[in-house]
Amino acid sequence: MPREHYLNATYGIRSWLLTTDHKRIALLYLASVTFFFFVGGIFAAMIRIHLLTPNGLLVSPETYNKLFTMHGVAMIFFFLIPSIPAVIGNFLIPIMIGAKDLAFPKINLLSWYIYLAGGCFVLYSFSTGGLDTGWTFYTPLSSVYSNSAVTPAVIGIFINGFSSILTGLNFIVTIHTMRAPGMTWFRLPLFVWAHYAVSLVMILGTPVIAITLLLAGLERVFHLGFFNPALGGDPILFQHLFWFYSHPAVYIMILPAMGVISEIIPTFARKEIVGYGFIAGSSIAIAVIGFLVWAHHMFVTGESTYAALAFSFLSYLVAVPSAVKVFNWSATLYKGSISFDTPMLYALGFIGLFLIGGLTGLFLACLGLDIHIHDTYFVVAHFHYIMVGGAVMGYLGALHFWWPKITGRLYPEFLARIAALVLFIGFNLTFFPQFILGYLGMPRRYHNYPPEFQVLNVMSTAGASILAVGYLLPMVYLVWSMRYGKVAGPNPWPATGLEWTTDSPPLTENFRVTPEVTWEPYDFRNRPELGLQVGASLAPAHGDD
Amino acid sequence: MIFITAVCVMITVGVIAVVGYFFFKYQRRSPSEIGGSFHGGALLEATWIIVPTILAMAMFGWGAVVYVDFRHTPSDTLDISVIGKQWMWKIQQPNGIREINELHVPAGRNVKLVLASEDVIHDFFVPAFRTKMDVVPGHYNTMWFRPTKPGRYHFFCSQYCGTNHAVMGGWVTVMEPSDYAAWLASASGEASPVSTGERLFSEKACITCHVPDGSGHAPSLNGMYGRQVLLADGSRVTADDSYIRESILQPNAKIVAGYQALMPTYQGQLTEDEILALTTYIKSLQTQPVPPKGSGVAPATGNK
Repeated sequence: MPREHYLNATYGIRSWLLTTDHKRIALLYLASVTFFFFVGGIFAAMIRIHLLTPNGLLVSPETYNKLFTMHGVAMIFFFLIPSIPAVIGNFLIPIMIGAKDLAFPKINLLSWYIYLAGGCFVLYSFSTGGLDTGWTFYTPLSSVYSNSAVTPAVIGIFINGFSSILTGLNFIVTIHTMRAPGMTWFRLPLFVWAHYAVSLVMILGTPVIAITLLLAGLERVFHLGFFNPALGGDPILFQHLFWFYSHPAVYIMILPAMGVISEIIPTFARKEIVGYGFIAGSSIAIAVIGFLVWAHHMFVTGESTYAALAFSFLSYLVAVPSAVKVFNWSATLYKGSISFDTPMLYALGFIGLFLIGGLTGLFLACLGLDIHIHDTYFVVAHFHYIMVGGAVMGYLGALHFWWPKITGRLYPEFLARIAALVLFIGFNLTFFPQFILGYLGMPRRYHNYPPEFQVLNVMSTAGASILAVGYLLPMVYLVWSMRYGKVAGPNPWPATGLEWTTDSPPLTENFRVTPEVTWEPYDFRNRPELGLQVGASLAPAHGDD
Repeated sequence: MIFITAVCVMITVGVIAVVGYFFFKYQRRSPSEIGGSFHGGALLEATWIIVPTILAMAMFGWGAVVYVDFRHTPSDTLDISVIGKQWMWKIQQPNGIREINELHVPAGRNVKLVLASEDVIHDFFVPAFRTKMDVVPGHYNTMWFRPTKPGRYHFFCSQYCGTNHAVMGGWVTVMEPSDYAAWLASASGEASPVSTGERLFSEKACITCHVPDGSGHAPSLNGMYGRQVLLADGSRVTADDSYIRESILQPNAKIVAGYQALMPTYQGQLTEDEILALTTYIKSLQTQPVPPKGSGVAPATGNK
């Protein structure tokens, strides 16, 4: 271990709570998003136990409705959206581009406090009456009819939005202005490109959800008629505004994970990535087209046929850049030198689950088919494949990949591989049956269900218990490794990014001297300092290009 | 469905097979080994951009055809009104028979449901018919289907609507047309919606202005339903259920050409049942001849 690094530079609680070091702030976020992940996870576990029997096993209908609502709110707004950007992105983006910190270190700390303040309001709502509107807050249910603590929850999410906006702003300015000499735009790691795209969505989309929920809150408290038809409002208007953010929010969750996968695959295949420009460009394309597909959540609200046709068409278009990424990742493996280290297992799991999640999106984008499967368990399965199979697998892959950089120590590799496998099996067993349930017609958000759906529900709950083990294992061994893990050294895998040229854990200033980038991204061949050699049997006969 | 499933399964299996094969074939053989060189190329990139785009467009086109058909209601339908409220369905047959959480329909006939909500958004979902439609307060939505096989089929509320969302369901009973006719005759109905509507039409004083022969302060409603109405701003609107509903609740939203904005709003003064009854009555006037003067109906020679 290096003698001095960001973790031991200063001591005491104040040195953490008042830090402006992006790495320490990342760890503050790590602790808080992990807390919300377990809050949301406990709700999920109760949902699955309740659904073991057709009449419900555990809780009353009111409580069940609160469980799935609070599960969604905690997971989406307080875990998934901040997870990769605010934890991994915060830690890595300055180091990856050779900077000392983000452009606005104090604003970065402020974002975390805003996040905490929003979180407190939401926890207050959860503990004083709970929330039963669904995470979608559809009006007039949320703004008029619900008897739960809607107002503090809405305020909490409103506040939390500013945390996202400030983080996005910080990333964009940092990426534009603080790149080290030689770090041109097309030498940026694809992880940084993905975060650039995500930051655009955060800045442009978040204000819309904030104002929309504020309007719903005003209607609830002061009876101003925005969405309630009895007051002259339009409930469909809420859905348009809500999804204008909340569909792009799906890309806030998945794009950073795609960035992670684009780092892991070339590292563990030990070769340059195929189609760098296409992967970077597809991130931007997804961010832009992603803003134009929102009303595909509303095909059966009675929206005009022409609108439905346009939104279905655009939804199919946004699928293409995602497909391009998957094909490029797969092609990168061709002629690689592939190892099965834990991060690679997560990347492989991501590709499989994201494929299923993405392709079932094509079913939902299909107008004729969506009439049947809309608002059924098919949708639930689809977005869990994207958000858990995609975003959470990406997040765990990222934690395992950069854990040695963050803590300076390695986790027990064998246990980590077992955990990745357990997660993959548990996940599929939990959510694949839900596709079938949805196709058979089981609507979502049901606290009880006709008996013919029981077998598939029991399978899903069984899978969830395996999944829970898969989540607890990394918790245990990652914490254990912080003290007892083997010392990692600066570049254990080895990988080509700038972050691997500095100490693990890095200094507070990240680098002793400002680095100068002289190599292309993911290039293993012209980096003798990595200590690798071209495999004799794989070397092209005509020499190196 | 089969096409999409086939394409998606092929892509999934294909990618997983390729990735699996690469993993097997290109396993690392020595700890310091680097992979070979492969950059892809423009042709490869173009292929995997263009082929998925074409497949996606095929899926889009097929889905669009089904959807347009779903949204285009045929003209010869049996109209049944469905009102959702927390947490039950109130259903009324054309002859006035009311049902709660039960819907009887004849096989082999196009059925149109006119959907209204008294509170929050609901959704009428019949999985066996592969169809659903949101039931939105303040709007009329319609859906149609043609049941083919007699039997009993589940229907559900599929838009989350509060505490008892999960029990807000029931059964569609599809009957042979003769059985359906017998069922209609045997069940003791209340006043039909047309006669209820007729009663309301005079009770709520609609008739003082909407005089049938066109001599009142407001246009005659005879023969209006389903035709084009000429508005004061020169535009035209088809007189359908939603237009009638809007005209009752927000009379000033669309003023018929040649008339003043005199009508008071009935927002909050009529229940959903009453609005539906009035609409049904106005619909029944469709067969009456349009008076030569004092009607909002646009001349038949007008552009469509």
